[in-house]
Amino acid sequence: KKLNAQLEPRVTLLDALRDQFELTGAKRVCDRGTCGACTVLLDGKAVYSCSVLAIDAQSAQIITVEGLGAAGKLHPVQQAFVDNDAQQCGFCTPGFVVAMKALLDRHPNPTPEQIKHGLGGNFCRCGTYAGMRAAMAQAAKTTKGA
Amino acid sequence: MADETNKYSWPAAGERSWIGKRISRVDGPAKVTGAAKYTYDTHRPGMLYGRVVRCPHAHAKIVSIDTSAAEKMPGVVAVHVVQGPGSEIHWAGDDLVVVAAVDENAAGDAARAVKIEYEVLPHFVDDFHQPQNVAEDTSPLSRNDLVTLLINQMPAPQIIERIQKRGVSFKADQGMIDQLKQNNVPESVISALQAAPVKEAPAQASSHYRKEAELTTGDPDAAFKESEVVSEGEYGCPVITHCCMESHGSIAEWPAEDQLFVHLSTQNVSGVSGEYAQALKIKAADVHVHQDHIGGGFGSKFGADRWGIYTAQVSKKAGKPVRVMLERAPELEVAGARPSAFAKVKVGAKKDGTLLAWQSESWGTGGPGGGGAPPMPYVVRIPNQRRQHTAALTNIGPARAWRAPNHPQGCLITMSALDDMAAKLNMDPVDLLLKNIALTAPPEDKTGRANTYHDELLIGSDLMGWKKKWHPRGQGGSGPVKSGLGVAIHTWGGRGHQSTCSVAIRPDGSVEMKMGTQDLGTGTRTAILMIAADTLGLTIEQINLKIGDNQYPPSGGSGGSTTIGGVSSSTRRAAVDARDQLLAKVADALKAKPEELEAVKGTIRVKSAPTRSMSWKDACARLGTQPIEVTDKNLVPNEPLISSGVGGAVMADVSVDVETGIVKMNKMVCVQDCGLVINLKTAESQVYGAMIMGIATTLYEEKVMDPTTGTMLNPNMDFYRLAGYSDIGELVVHMMTGKGYDERGPIGLGEPPTVGPMAAIANAVANAIGMRVPFMPITPDRVVAALSSNQGGSHAGI
Repeated sequence: KKLNAQLEPRVTLLDALRDQFELTGAKRVCDRGTCGACTVLLDGKAVYSCSVLAIDAQSAQIITVEGLGAAGKLHPVQQAFVDNDAQQCGFCTPGFVVAMKALLDRHPNPTPEQIKHGLGGNFCRCGTYAGMRAAMAQAAKTTKGA
Repeated sequence: MADETNKYSWPAAGERSWIGKRISRVDGPAKVTGAAKYTYDTHRPGMLYGRVVRCPHAHAKIVSIDTSAAEKMPGVVAVHVVQGPGSEIHWAGDDLVVVAAVDENAAGDAARAVKIEYEVLPHFVDDFHQPQNVAEDTSPLSRNDLVTLLINQMPAPQIIERIQKRGVSFKADQGMIDQLKQNNVPESVISALQAAPVKEAPAQASSHYRKEAELTTGDPDAAFKESEVVSEGEYGCPVITHCCMESHGSIAEWPAEDQLFVHLSTQNVSGVSGEYAQALKIKAADVHVHQDHIGGGFGSKFGADRWGIYTAQVSKKAGKPVRVMLERAPELEVAGARPSAFAKVKVGAKKDGTLLAWQSESWGTGGPGGGGAPPMPYVVRIPNQRRQHTAALTNIGPARAWRAPNHPQGCLITMSALDDMAAKLNMDPVDLLLKNIALTAPPEDKTGRANTYHDELLIGSDLMGWKKKWHPRGQGGSGPVKSGLGVAIHTWGGRGHQSTCSVAIRPDGSVEMKMGTQDLGTGTRTAILMIAADTLGLTIEQINLKIGDNQYPPSGGSGGSTTIGGVSSSTRRAAVDARDQLLAKVADALKAKPEELEAVKGTIRVKSAPTRSMSWKDACARLGTQPIEVTDKNLVPNEPLISSGVGGAVMADVSVDVETGIVKMNKMVCVQDCGLVINLKTAESQVYGAMIMGIATTLYEEKVMDPTTGTMLNPNMDFYRLAGYSDIGELVVHMMTGKGYDERGPIGLGEPPTVGPMAAIANAVANAIGMRVPFMPITPDRVVAALSSNQGGSHAGI
């Protein structure tokens, strides 16, 4: 889908997505590139959308958490989060889902070290990492080709 | 059907279709797709964005405020002064002026254009050093003092003694009495309060400290004399912040002159309207509060807060909806803090480990109000005690309830002191706890709590491999990486808040439920649906549950682990009554009495002859045009479906690199009792989460205050560190279920498992490196400092 908006140069990609296009899956938490709650895919690469200016994302392909999966069907990563209860309040969850999807795109069979780096840029306050660990294992099996 | 007295009882183990199963949370798909809308995600038509000018000083008087330049800035619609000239500000980051503009950048530009002159006053942010030469506080108790005592769950006789000794500075009016009753405050405390002499509060004392009266139990002097071994130590933990992922905030709008509509990030959907009404001089009935999802609260989101009120005020001025969500820095500076606690402790025991005596001098801060003493000695009721607490009144910012208020602090100090005693006795600390297990049963306990702890310690030991892994303190290996084990036990009350539930069964077979409760991410929605589905013989998909709005039947705020007790009992009652009305409607058609029928697997059938049945849909069709509509309240405070008081045990296994001081979590085990588990999956998630939060508070978290400026040095998520995906080691959760637990009904889990991890990890570190790292967080520098001093970290040396 093509999105158009006229914005001040200082508007971040995160704020543009949330306030202009009602794409609020990516969250604003730390707002300075630490917590990962705003993670989206920019031309296939996971980025902190709070630290990307909207003008720098012009004509790029942006995939947000809303864009994963098909209509009425969860992406295998999303399904793995649901099945393994890898969320509580859920505010950090979209960022983790996108980070895990990006990780599996790069490393379909990730090593513990790759997982550590792939998910190390996100924080959760409720403490959902136990469920996430199980979700990671499931998603690594079910994501192939998705 | 059984008689009237137990028709609501929880179904027996063999008769449960949903309760106790592992069910994925019903709002999971919405949360993983970004469809779940939080307050922060909500856009209202014509909504403006608010930015706030905050005080940069820890203590100051406002001399003047000039908003004229800000008001002329492009995009600005309204400016509202929150605290005007003459106001005294007691912490940095406090709200002074709010600007509403068409977008956030315009609001931010205008906020920067507000000119404020301050008279800077001296500040005090030191809660770490032990207060010296402080006289005991004998002034009358204020409302705040009383609330602090109650939140700290101080035993009633001690509260009464304090009320009688010091008097009170306020008259307890009927509203307050009603509120106390609603919160299960004992009659004896309420009558003491009504009888207490009302004295005038003295002018603000100049001291930064309030020293409470010494409390003595038994004969501590004689007991210390009798003790063959005495262990002494200092322990403590700093102020930490809640750091909710979704910051505090709201969207306010005025659909009519005196009608307020707020989207609020809150733990208290049904209970917060009164606060708005009072502050804005409108009727509570005209305050509509809505929230679909909340991005974390942990005890910090019960009120409308100053920012909630001024969001409504500036919205009125602007004539448009206004959203103010706190930025990250103020979220950490002003919107959440757990009080610190430090203590010098002396413990006396016999050589066989029998604990005889406890003495503690403790101190800590809950901000400008001082704050209360953590419960000590925690869980283990050593028979002879002397305790004294001094509260430091600081400009750190106000404290808020933080999961299990005061328990983690009391647990850390107590379990550390007992662990040091075990080391001195050359005893395994699990054996020391088992030796004194009888001391863990509270006097009012009827549930065999000591047995619970006993069983939990044995199960935990097994899951941890404790016997095989444990070694005496300091014998954690010959290389630079030492391993160690630690243990702690904890408790919490629970019970349930008042809760009302409405159930409608419609002739087309659909079921709708409404409750003014909220799901903090604990799985409340799912648990309510499971109980209703179990009762009605349906699937959870067949029931439409609406929560998160104060126009639904009210439930209490989600705090103190009271939610599951509250909503489970009201749901069960309403669902049983609705079901029984339906059974009565169809009894004739099935040629049976209503009490001979049951609702199972989508059918209504005769219990003794299950083939005589009709489908749920057919049964509902017999309602004609009249749906069944039931609204039921639970019987709190005397609700027999629920109870209070749980025990848990935590064991930690760590590795510590003595060259770098880095602590690595290897494994942690939590064995937890919470009565009847409704949903095993989300219950376990909550315990895992509590353990992970415990790892963060033990190893990383501290609200670091700058003594020079009185401001927080790390109000961001780079330097206020949470635990990450790879920081947690292996985690094992074991829920105590079955006989002895199930019949007590559901008891909340939000608090108990958050208590023990800090103490267990701190003890594991001591076991690994051979000495105590006395103060949290156990950062590498503190480990190295402890190792370079002779007898563990000295207070002055850290």
